[in-house]
Amino acid sequence: MKKFITLFLLLALPFGIHASEGMELQSADIDLTDKESLQRGAKHFVTYCLGCHSVKHIRYLRIALDIGIDEKKVVKDIAPEGASAYDQMQSAMNAHDAEKWFGIQPPDLSLIARSRNADWLYSYLKGFYTDKDKQFGINNTVFKDVGMPNPFWQLQGEQLLLYKTVDGQQVIDKLIIKQPGLLSEKEFDLLVNDLVNFLVYVGEPVQLERVRIGKYVLFYILMFLGLAYMLKKEYWKDVH
Amino acid sequence: MNNEGVDKSKRQFLTSAITVVGAVGTGYLAVPFLAQMQPSVKAMAAGAPVEVDIGKIEPGQLLRVAWRGKPVWILNRTPPVLETLKTLDDQLRDPLSQESIQPASSKNPVRSIKPEIFVALGLCTHLGCSPTFRPEIAPNDLGANWKGGFFCPCHGSRFDLAGRVYRGVPAPTNLEIPPYRYISDTLLIIGEPTEGASA
Amino acid sequence: MKPTRLTLVGNWVLDRFPLTKLWNEHMAHYYAPKNFNFWYYFGSLALLVLVIQIVTGILLTMNYKPDAKLAFDSVEYIMRDVSWGWLVRYMHSTGASAFFIVIYLHMFRGLLYGSFKQPRELIWIFGMLLFVALMAEAFMGYLLPWGQMSYWGAQVIISLFSAIPVIGDDLSLWIRGDYVVADATLNRFFAFHVIAVPLVLVMLIFMHIVALHEVGSNNPDGIEIKNNKDANGIPLDGIPFHPYYTVKDIPGVAVFLFFFATVIFYMPEMGGYFLEPANFIPADPMKTPEHIVPVWYFTPFYAILRAIPDKFAGVISMFGAIIVLFLLPWLDRSPVKSIRYRGGIYKKALLLFVISFVALGYLGTQPATPTATIFARFFTAIYFGFFLLMPIYTRWEKSKPLPERLTDQPALEERISDLREVFEEITVLKPGTVQNGTSFLGSNVLMRRPNPKGILNVIIRLAKKLKESLD
Repeated sequence: MKKFITLFLLLALPFGIHASEGMELQSADIDLTDKESLQRGAKHFVTYCLGCHSVKHIRYLRIALDIGIDEKKVVKDIAPEGASAYDQMQSAMNAHDAEKWFGIQPPDLSLIARSRNADWLYSYLKGFYTDKDKQFGINNTVFKDVGMPNPFWQLQGEQLLLYKTVDGQQVIDKLIIKQPGLLSEKEFDLLVNDLVNFLVYVGEPVQLERVRIGKYVLFYILMFLGLAYMLKKEYWKDVH
Repeated sequence: MNNEGVDKSKRQFLTSAITVVGAVGTGYLAVPFLAQMQPSVKAMAAGAPVEVDIGKIEPGQLLRVAWRGKPVWILNRTPPVLETLKTLDDQLRDPLSQESIQPASSKNPVRSIKPEIFVALGLCTHLGCSPTFRPEIAPNDLGANWKGGFFCPCHGSRFDLAGRVYRGVPAPTNLEIPPYRYISDTLLIIGEPTEGASA
Repeated sequence: MKPTRLTLVGNWVLDRFPLTKLWNEHMAHYYAPKNFNFWYYFGSLALLVLVIQIVTGILLTMNYKPDAKLAFDSVEYIMRDVSWGWLVRYMHSTGASAFFIVIYLHMFRGLLYGSFKQPRELIWIFGMLLFVALMAEAFMGYLLPWGQMSYWGAQVIISLFSAIPVIGDDLSLWIRGDYVVADATLNRFFAFHVIAVPLVLVMLIFMHIVALHEVGSNNPDGIEIKNNKDANGIPLDGIPFHPYYTVKDIPGVAVFLFFFATVIFYMPEMGGYFLEPANFIPADPMKTPEHIVPVWYFTPFYAILRAIPDKFAGVISMFGAIIVLFLLPWLDRSPVKSIRYRGGIYKKALLLFVISFVALGYLGTQPATPTATIFARFFTAIYFGFFLLMPIYTRWEKSKPLPERLTDQPALEERISDLREVFEEITVLKPGTVQNGTSFLGSNVLMRRPNPKGILNVIIRLAKKLKESLD
């Protein structure tokens, strides 16, 4: 028996230590009930992201219904010119231009929060730093050699990556702001957080609804279980 | 096994109770399952109101547009046509559109907001075929009494140019008029009711 | 009494269709052993999951599009634009995993109590065919969402067939209907998944149950209840399936549904095991995801495949791991069925087998590092050892004497008081008063703190018990 416990410990070890690439992820503060944040996030998305990235699986109408604001307001405040409430959030950029400029078509972001996760997105959006060797003069701490320019360079300012030496090897230490942007660090963090919050919502708009209904379903099942158990007990009195 | 001293009524009660609770639960589960066969948001998006420019429709000309995937006719009626419409009442089943479907704003003898512009859903009220537009007077195939109108090829229903059904044909009521309103003199929006009207 | 119109109609049907006879044969007069325990819930649960899968599956096909260009978007369309589409889809995706959990436990029951042994070999064979059909069903269904993991998973598994000498390449080409997994593959997998395989499944289930009802159910004691009958020819230890087991299965169904609903409403992705993150990216034939893993229920077999350094041998081992299961009735040479009366070797072997199966399942989800591969080989050896050495060790070991009649074991709910005692032992009442003098439900529990000495005692007792039960 002992042998197996030892084996198991041995087994667990190599997988416990994951070689972490780049920096540790920062945690985003996700709160889908914060309608203000979702609204700001949607607006930021249209301003900074929709130029290249679509979110084609969500309609403006759905956003209006879920965030609880009037659809006309969504069309007026959030959607780009000429969109109707039933429209999906499509990007204006065409595929041909995109391939010419970036080499690939910028991916649709409807499900990005489900394939990556909130913390990854948050760290990614905050993780751009200046790297002269790259195409756009920019690199990213969580997505190495990314082919996307920093959409917030004016807001965030210019970031530099600092290295430190550990055991004779260069290891990523931290990011510092070299040139401040239009927003303070706190304001910028809030902006990115709102954006990520919105992306998490868009990944599965039904999330809150699902959790809300779940309570009733589970309560019903428990009630049913109680009754079913009483019935079983009653009948099994016969069995000796 | 021992069946003596069994409280039959308790068993009966518990069995009924669980049947009822189970049936209620199944019922609640059936609602989403049935609801998922309802038109989806995508279908509803296709059903959004449609804007139509009627400025370019010549007198006597018929324009067809799709609203919710159904054909909607917009006909520019000439004064002679409007005159003819007044003479047909005794041949029609429902000349005053008492039993037919239309927004209140179109519940008049010519069945439209502006007399010359006629808007109707191009589907026969019998079994849903789309009638053909036959404006000519007394053509060979429709007989000498034909004053111009719509003729359904499926089962021979006849309507006048206000979409009113003639007597003696299978269609039960006049053609349906969809909700619509004027945004400007030449711009119609189909699918949105006239402001102030509830229909 | 004058017959009512309803009974007249009823009789008219019964004269022409043997409804009463069927009901009696399979429910009211089907005598099942009275000592079924926890493990016997999973047969009826498997049937329940099948029904869930069929109903939700039919609803999904109404909106799904089996076309490489449309498939991925149509799934998202179901998730967002179709009313309640998300619920139906989550039920189906969770149902797939639930099916395997239930089936694995159902099969484990067979290993515990020797349900595969004479005279139930055919039931086991039908069951194994069902398992294979279920794996085919799940595999083909997994391609349909047309995400990255769907695509590359299918690519890898179909390529397995190319390892077969001579015909391999042509075979895998024929299965795909294209040079890579493509629209043609998706379309045919859809056809198999929605109609062909389900028909086979239903047919096999029918045969599985007919065969079971012919020889009668096994039980945790592994003795035949038919050997002791009363004057009317009814087994003394048997009880009619209806109403006794129908009413017993209903609470089981409720407990299952509780877990099922918890997953659907609170964790539909189940931490990336039921719905994998990479499957939220549309299939891209140009780019393989960094870390490709099959869904969890295939990982034990996938780990065996990767453990073998040779392609063909790996494929053979993977299929072999399933084929040995078919041979089980003839590999086992023990005179007794149930683990209760077997010797210690089988118990230890079964424990090792379970450990290796779970470990292989875990390894299958991890990247194949050299260390991981060594472990995978080790556990693969145990997996096969369990089956291939079975003819030897089951003959060696000395079994315990069988009882004449079924034995009484405390039921699950009768052990609650024992659990409470254990809880008393491992905790101590925290000295101090309840805040504000108010007491609420559970304050008794909250005021308790773990008692190290008690915990140690319990662990020692458990270990002793475990050791005893393995002898």
